[in-house]
Amino acid sequence: MAVASKAPRRSGEDDLQWTALLLRVRDHQDREAFARLFRHFAPRVKAFLMKSGASPSLAEDCAQDVMATVWQKAHLFDPGRASVATWVFTIARNRRIDLLRKDRRAEPEDLPWGPEPEPDQAEVMELAQDTERLRAALQQLPEKQRLLVERAYFGDLSHSEIATETGLPLGTIKSRIRLALERLRHEMK
Amino acid sequence: MHTIAHHLTDPILTAYAAGTLPEAFNLVVATHLSLCDECRSQLAAHEAVGGAVLEDAGEAVMSDDALDACFARIASSPDALIRVGHNHHAKRKGGLFPEPLRDYVGGDLDAVNWRPAGLGVRQAILSTSKNASVRLLYIPAGAEVPDHGHNGTEMTLVLKGAFRDEFARFGAGDIEICDPNVEHTPVAEPGEDCICLAATDAPLKFSGLLPKIAQPFLRI
Repeated sequence: MAVASKAPRRSGEDDLQWTALLLRVRDHQDREAFARLFRHFAPRVKAFLMKSGASPSLAEDCAQDVMATVWQKAHLFDPGRASVATWVFTIARNRRIDLLRKDRRAEPEDLPWGPEPEPDQAEVMELAQDTERLRAALQQLPEKQRLLVERAYFGDLSHSEIATETGLPLGTIKSRIRLALERLRHEMK
Repeated sequence: MHTIAHHLTDPILTAYAAGTLPEAFNLVVATHLSLCDECRSQLAAHEAVGGAVLEDAGEAVMSDDALDACFARIASSPDALIRVGHNHHAKRKGGLFPEPLRDYVGGDLDAVNWRPAGLGVRQAILSTSKNASVRLLYIPAGAEVPDHGHNGTEMTLVLKGAFRDEFARFGAGDIEICDPNVEHTPVAEPGEDCICLAATDAPLKFSGLLPKIAQPFLRI
């Protein structure tokens, strides 16, 4: 399995690119934009599911399923609250739960939001930069700790085994999202 | 609204974000998240870690026709045309239970199928997978929460009223997470009956007071 390139990136630039593509899918059912998202994310979702214990053929099937869901649920994507990678991760995670555990998963009540007003561009960019910082911090963790975080997300650790804090800088991204939630709450009124 | 003072812990949020909590805990966590913006934004941060892990999970080669096959799936899906109606999530219409809990109960408070659990306390066990269990508890004002000795992790979310134990006071929206071997004696505050949602991954201990007729329903 090829390993993802670790080439340096300008902060948040990739994330913004994926966000722009997903918005084109959301707003214009743009097949070319979707194809580019597919070429980037489908192999990652497949690798993620294989690391979660799925066979290659099952992981392939599910990765297609996850990407089809990306198209179908694009209208639920809020660029002020998550990067595309994060959003795709939650879809892949839910698919894995259906698949490997057959449990029902209770989800928090959805906040009503619509395509307008959109979060402003600065907000989206700051979230992308936070996301990139988080990713860089993850890569810089001591290997033992990084592997532990990865195992937790591949579904390899139980909640009682995830006893320690991850040591990742979640504070800034958290306050960013908190602001986005407050914006939504405000709009609801 | 009451200010929530007791929140989800990082390990629980990581496990929920990773999708590895037992179903019973998922329900308690999702119900708390529905009430608590603080934890909701914490969760989004933990999910962002999942996004980073996905980005760096490596790439597994997809089959040559994968993209075409995916477009074919999209075209054949019954959801393909249901893309309008952005604001399809109605605001919660009053009631006590947030949506995830209402889904499990099949309605709000008046739909709960309470059973006596001794000493005036009533409970309703909700159906989940067996690796952990979750139940609603109705504790009369001033009464002690029964059967709270536990060998596993225990999560208790207050929906109405309040209780106190040796550690703190827990009011509406607050969640108490106890590790195995923590001994505590929660008591509902006087003045108002307390309704909680409680999950544990220890085997349930059934007291003799539980009607035998309920047992098949409880799926033990």
